[in-house]
Amino acid sequence: MATIQISLNGTMESELNLDKDIITIGRKNDNDVSIDSLAVSGYHAQILTILNDSFIEDLDSTNGTSLNGKEIKKTPLANGDVIKIGQHEIKYINKNANSGDNFERTMIINTAEEGMQETEGSQKIDQSVGKIVAEIATTDSGNASQQQARIRLVSGANSGKELPLTKVLTTLGKPGVQVAAITRRPTGYFLIHIDGGDNGERPKVNNEIIGLKAHPLKDNDTLEVASVSMIFSFE
Amino acid sequence: MSLIDKINITGITDEGLVRDHNEDSIGHNDELGLLVLADGMGGHKGGEVASAIAVDSIMQDLNTALPQIPPAKIDESTGYSLESMLIEKAIKDANFKIFNAAQENAKYEGMGTTVVVLLLYDNRITVAHVGDSRLYRMRDRILEQMTRDHTLLQELVDRGFYTKKEANESLNKNLVTRAVGVNSSVDVDLLEDIALGGDYYLLCSDGLTDMIDDNLIEDIMLNYRDDQDKMTRELIKQAKDHGGKDNVSVQLAKVLKEFPVNANWLNKFFDIFS
Repeated sequence: MATIQISLNGTMESELNLDKDIITIGRKNDNDVSIDSLAVSGYHAQILTILNDSFIEDLDSTNGTSLNGKEIKKTPLANGDVIKIGQHEIKYINKNANSGDNFERTMIINTAEEGMQETEGSQKIDQSVGKIVAEIATTDSGNASQQQARIRLVSGANSGKELPLTKVLTTLGKPGVQVAAITRRPTGYFLIHIDGGDNGERPKVNNEIIGLKAHPLKDNDTLEVASVSMIFSFE
Repeated sequence: MSLIDKINITGITDEGLVRDHNEDSIGHNDELGLLVLADGMGGHKGGEVASAIAVDSIMQDLNTALPQIPPAKIDESTGYSLESMLIEKAIKDANFKIFNAAQENAKYEGMGTTVVVLLLYDNRITVAHVGDSRLYRMRDRILEQMTRDHTLLQELVDRGFYTKKEANESLNKNLVTRAVGVNSSVDVDLLEDIALGGDYYLLCSDGLTDMIDDNLIEDIMLNYRDDQDKMTRELIKQAKDHGGKDNVSVQLAKVLKEFPVNANWLNKFFDIFS
């Protein structure tokens, strides 16, 4: 298990095992690590531990949090890293780190109720799955794809015309001139170049020609396909 | 419509240099333009049982169901093509079969498998996947990963815990957040896209992508772009030359010619412009 050592002016004051998902650090008494100093915010930073890895996250503190001398917001910790909060130094020790070749068999994180009771003795992950892991494993971070989107033409003969993107794959353009498609993937909406006619020209997003890979779309992006401008927006 | 002269499909699965058996399974149907790849997990041969059930079951389901639908018709309530809906259903059926097999036999308890499915139809593709097996496309010399892994690592990258580079140093490798056959139901990621002549589609297990990075995969595919058999063998060989620590599987589909249901398929493009 990883530990942290809290020191002031080179003298170690305390040591703590990272045996919880979240360890908070701050001036107030109800933090896991409470530091009585005016340079430290009430709830200053937290250390998140996810299975074998830990992360330091600054909780929008007044004076900030630094890692090995560099100010950070949220970043992974490596064995021997030193976090500085006010005048206090917190050293992160993880003996599992740098263990070299730790190529393991793929395992399944099973967070479903029905599966949880049977994890023991099977090939499923034998560590108890922390709250954070369970939350991460069951919520979809790419939920942009759940949102309905539409395009509205803003130039050309059909200016003002709107098209809700009800299909997963919607093709746009004029054959022989320029053809593109908007596709709804689990990670969001993307514009794809398909055919550039004789000169092979690709469509534009916000006045920049897109690459050959699928181009992610944001709310209110302006697209130009076959010389027609249109605005992509979420509903 | 048979795709035999329009799509060229190759594939190899190899146990690698360290494991003593192969838990990956692959299958393809050249007529239908269908490729399936699965990477099983679980002890006592559970992994190979799960991946074999997945590939066999999905191939059989689709072989029966696909000829019965009109091609590239859109399901109005979901916006997906009927092909996509059938693929999702086939994966859910496979999930049910594996889950039941594990319930009935204690030695298969907890087994599961990743799966990635590619179907080519009417100048389109549908890609469906669960877990960390991937689909890449090479178009105009550029390689693009089209699927997003269902792993804890990918979830943490998406949430800003790591940059991609930092993630490579993580100790939390090889933890998948979704698999087929582990629970009574499974969520399937689906995507649809347009296929073009000259496209290469690569399905692979993590035995390839854990051993060699995307740049090397792209280099190999470029070097052997005129010889698909050599390309397939070289990908496997490079994974083994770089450690071969896991089973490694590769399937490749090349679009030799466009394959529209109607000859003037481009003219289907819509009315909003005309």
